[in-house]
Formats: sequence, C-alpha cells, structure tokens
Amino acid sequence: MLLNQFLVLGAVLFSIGVYGVIARRNAVLVLMSIELILNSVNINLLAFSLRSGTPDGHTFALYVIAVAAAEVGVGLAMVLLMYRNRRSIALDELAEMKG
Amino acid sequence: MLNALLAAGWSAPVVDYHAIAPEMVLAGGLVLLLLLDLFLSDAKKWVLTPVASFTLLGAFIPVLTVALGTEGARSMFDGRYVVDDFSLVLKALFLLAGYVVVLISADHIREGNYYEGEYWFLLLTSILGMVMMASSRDLVSIFVALEFLSIPAYMMAAWRKRDPKSNEAGIKYYLLGVFASAVMLYGMSLLYGISGSTKLTDIGTALGENLTSIRALAVLFVVVGFAFKVSAVPFHTWAPDTYEGAPTPVTAFLSVASKAAGFVALVTVVFVAVPGSHEVWQPVFWILSALTMTVGNVMALRQTNIVRMLAYSSVAQGGFILMPLAVAGIEGVQQAALRSVVTYLLLYAATNLGVFGIVIAVARKTRSGEISSYGGLFGYAPGLAALMTIFMASLAGIPPLGGWFGKFTAFQALISAGTNWSYALAVVGAVNSVVAFGYYGNVLREMWMKPAPHGDTSPVKVPSAIGVALAITGGSTLVLGVLPGLVIHFGDLAGLTGALGG
Repeated sequence: MLLNQFLVLGAVLFSIGVYGVIARRNAVLVLMSIELILNSVNINLLAFSLRSGTPDGHTFALYVIAVAAAEVGVGLAMVLLMYRNRRSIALDELAEMKG
Repeated sequence: MLNALLAAGWSAPVVDYHAIAPEMVLAGGLVLLLLLDLFLSDAKKWVLTPVASFTLLGAFIPVLTVALGTEGARSMFDGRYVVDDFSLVLKALFLLAGYVVVLISADHIREGNYYEGEYWFLLLTSILGMVMMASSRDLVSIFVALEFLSIPAYMMAAWRKRDPKSNEAGIKYYLLGVFASAVMLYGMSLLYGISGSTKLTDIGTALGENLTSIRALAVLFVVVGFAFKVSAVPFHTWAPDTYEGAPTPVTAFLSVASKAAGFVALVTVVFVAVPGSHEVWQPVFWILSALTMTVGNVMALRQTNIVRMLAYSSVAQGGFILMPLAVAGIEGVQQAALRSVVTYLLLYAATNLGVFGIVIAVARKTRSGEISSYGGLFGYAPGLAALMTIFMASLAGIPPLGGWFGKFTAFQALISAGTNWSYALAVVGAVNSVVAFGYYGNVLREMWMKPAPHGDTSPVKVPSAIGVALAITGGSTLVLGVLPGLVIHFGDLAGLTGALGG
C-alpha cells in the first residue's frame, strides 16, 4: 500500500493551496487555492480509508466534496457582487474599513 | 472492501424523535418560511417575522421537555449524535439568542426595504447548524454543522448587496472562514488517519496519551481552524471589518451565537477527542488566550466607532473564554475549566446581545455609529443609558453583574491549576480586565457627562420588539450576576458524554 506517496501528494497540494491563499490577490485564484486544500484533504481521507479498511473516510470525502460545492457557489456569488459594485476583484483593494 | 460492505447486514438506525425534535421543528419552520416568502405579496411579508420567532420558541419546547425527562443522555447513530445535558444547555442558548436576534432585527430589517424573507431563512438555517453542532460527536457531523452555520452567516454579512462595506464584510468573512475550515479539515483527516475512525470517543481512545509529531500536527491544525471561528488573535483579522460592515443585527448574531458555536465545537473536540494531547493544546491555548485578550483590548481602546469598538471587545472577551482551556488538561481542573467556558458563554451572550439591542435602538435616532453620538444619552433617554451602563459594567466584569461571574469562574480555574504558567496567565487576564475599563468607561462618560451633539435631545423611540429583547437580556444579566447558582451546574463534566474517555 503506497500510503506515503498519497500523503506526500496531499501535503504538497495543501502547501500549494496555503501559499496561493496567502500570496494571490485575485479573489477567484484564492478560491481555487482553497479548493486545492480541500482536495488534498480528500486524498488524505481516501488513502487513510483504504489503509484502515473502514468506510468512514470515503463518506467524509463525499461530504467534503458536496459542502465544497456549496461553498464555492456562495463564494463566486460574492465575487460577482464585488465585481458589480467596484469593477474589480482584487482583494487588496478591499479597504473600506481600517483600524 | 466494497464486497465486505455489501455483504454486511444493514438495519435502519434507531432515531429518537423526541431528542431531535428541536432540529425537526427548525427544519420545518425553514421550509415554511421559504414557501411563505415565495407566495406572499410584499404587503404581507410582515407575517414572516412572527413565523421565524415562533419557530425558534417552538424548537425550544422539546429542548425543555427532553431536559426535564429522566432518561439521561440520549445517543443516536452509534453515539455520533448525542443529546446530553451539555448539548441541551447550548441548544437552549442558541435558540434563545436567536430569538433575541429576531427581536432586535425585526424593525431594522423591515425598514431597510430589503430582502426580508431571505434574511429570516438564512438566520434560521444558521441556528439549525448551531443546534446540530451542540450534539455532534463525530468529525463528519461537526464539519457539516460548522458549514451549516457558517455559509448562511457569510451571506448574512454581505446581505446589503449594493453597499460596498457589506460586500467587503462578507468577502473577508467568507475567505478566511473557508480557509480556516479547510485547514481544520486537513487536521481532521490526519486525526482520522491516526485513529481509523471519525467518532470522537473512538479517536479519544485510539489517541490516548502518547504523543507523536503527526498527532501534534493534527491537533494543532484542528485548534487553529476553530481559532478562526472564535476570532482568536492572530486569526481575528476578519472580525472587526466584518462586524463593522455587516448589518448591525447580523453583527450581534455573529459576535454571540456564531462565536459560541465555535467554542462549543472546540470544547467538544478538546474534551472528547483529544484530551490526552494536552501537552500540545495547552500551550497553544495559553498563547492564543494571552494574545487575544491583549490585542483585543489595546485595539478597542483606539476605536471611535461603537460597533468596531464592540468588535474588538468581543475579540477580547473571547480571550477570557479561552483562558481556562489553557489549564484544561491538568488533572482535577477539567471540571472547573468546562464549567467556566459554558458559564461565560451564557453570561456573555445575554450581555452582548443587550448592548447591540441598545446600539440599534439609539442608531435609529442618531443615524450614527460614532461613540460621540452617545453624548447626553442620559439626559434624553435615561432608561437606555441606565441599561447600557449595566451591560457595559457587566462586560467589564463589575460585580454583581453577569459578566463578573464569568470572569470569576475563569480565574478560579486558573488558580486551582496552581502552576506557574496558570498564575502568569491569570496576571495577564487581571491586567486586561483593568485595561477594559478604559473603553467601556469611555462610552459611559459620553452618556453621562457629555452634552448631546447638536443639542438634539428628542427622545429615542424604542420599538416594542427591541424593548422585549432588552428586558430579556437586561433581566438575565442582573439575575445571573446575583444568582449565578442558576447556571453554574450547566457546565458539569458529567453532562458531556464521553468527556475524558468517561
């Protein structure tokens, strides 16, 4: 069972995702980075589930996929709202409030 | 594995309908609201407000009947969804806090000429998620409940579609919230990998006391994920902007109910799933708590906008709630720590909702969020000024008001731990309680000493709904401060099924 390889893949995806969330200024790219993290979670869950032979991980991964879809729906709606109001989706321009 | 699954016999799980009646009433009310909103004409939309409030009160009845029953903890789905004393108390808190939020938002929402039906629908969905969170004893259900309560909250924060401030509030809350739950999920996947189960009690047994680096990492990620939810420093950056930009009743809801739900999940995971890894989470909570109190207080001192000041004040209060968790792994202190978190949440909820009730009532007249707009409030609205004084004194921790007792239990837990680190944290907490007088006192000084801005001393008209909300919150702040014995036993360790492997 190639558990380590799966875990390394998960960890790499997770790190790329975290980097993207921190470094990117475009709202859609940040959303995509968050999706990367969620997929790294799914890979972890499936790998652990296959190793231990319990179905919990598979179920968990299905829930993660479904909830992630709902989240992205809300997220894209908000990005669209932002675009309509200010014709830009650059996150660093969001500075109406300070202090 | 699939063959084994298919071959296994399957029987329908036993569902205790009495125990999950609150969730079912809420779900029914949600559907009803959605349908009514669809078919009613705009002139009749006022019906939605009573429907929302009666749904919340209706869901409260089964909580009471289950609590008064003698059956003890009711466990469903192989112990993954448990209705015990701990969850009943917090369900009651969420439902009552939701009811007060309905009361303080009713007039605000109606006069705003905005989407009324959607607001109530989202509010009730979020409360349903919180009620589920109180009973969840499994990683999957904790995750689903967390998203259930968060996703509607993101939308409520961005509810004023054409207001750039509200957009910004929603987007910041959304991005950091989703990022936090993704990090938390990564931690949960590691927890599952170590223990081979998603059930919290199984994880608690499998993890035991041994510490390996992967366990430390898993626990750390889960704790950090929840730290975002409870806006602990340094994961608090969304809180002030979201609280200021969101509609004020939504801010009240986020700063009380959403924060409490984060603490509930944190406490459940810490006490049921990873109590043995206290060598990891105790120092983390120590640092989070000290930072949260200090940064929250220092930033609150500088604010001129009352909602932003309250945002930082709520961050700082979160630090006090975290304080006992920094010693919650020490033998013999667990009881005091759990009791302190639950009691503090109940008292904080009553007080903070009351403050927001007054802020909304006063803003209806002054149309301003500046602290200076409270000048002369005692002259033209002595009742509101007196209530605000009570709430501010309670938040600052002056006896005999509710907030004082919450702080007292937190310090009690730290002192009974009796280690150098716990004494050090108690000193940090004590210094911060004194600093907090600075900004709470500032509001009081404006109300009592300063003249009204522009000499405008027309009285404040308090809508009857907000009046009722103020009576509930003010009454409980006073009564619970004098008679804390009414709530103190709610935080008993025995009430949390499976805590510490028990």
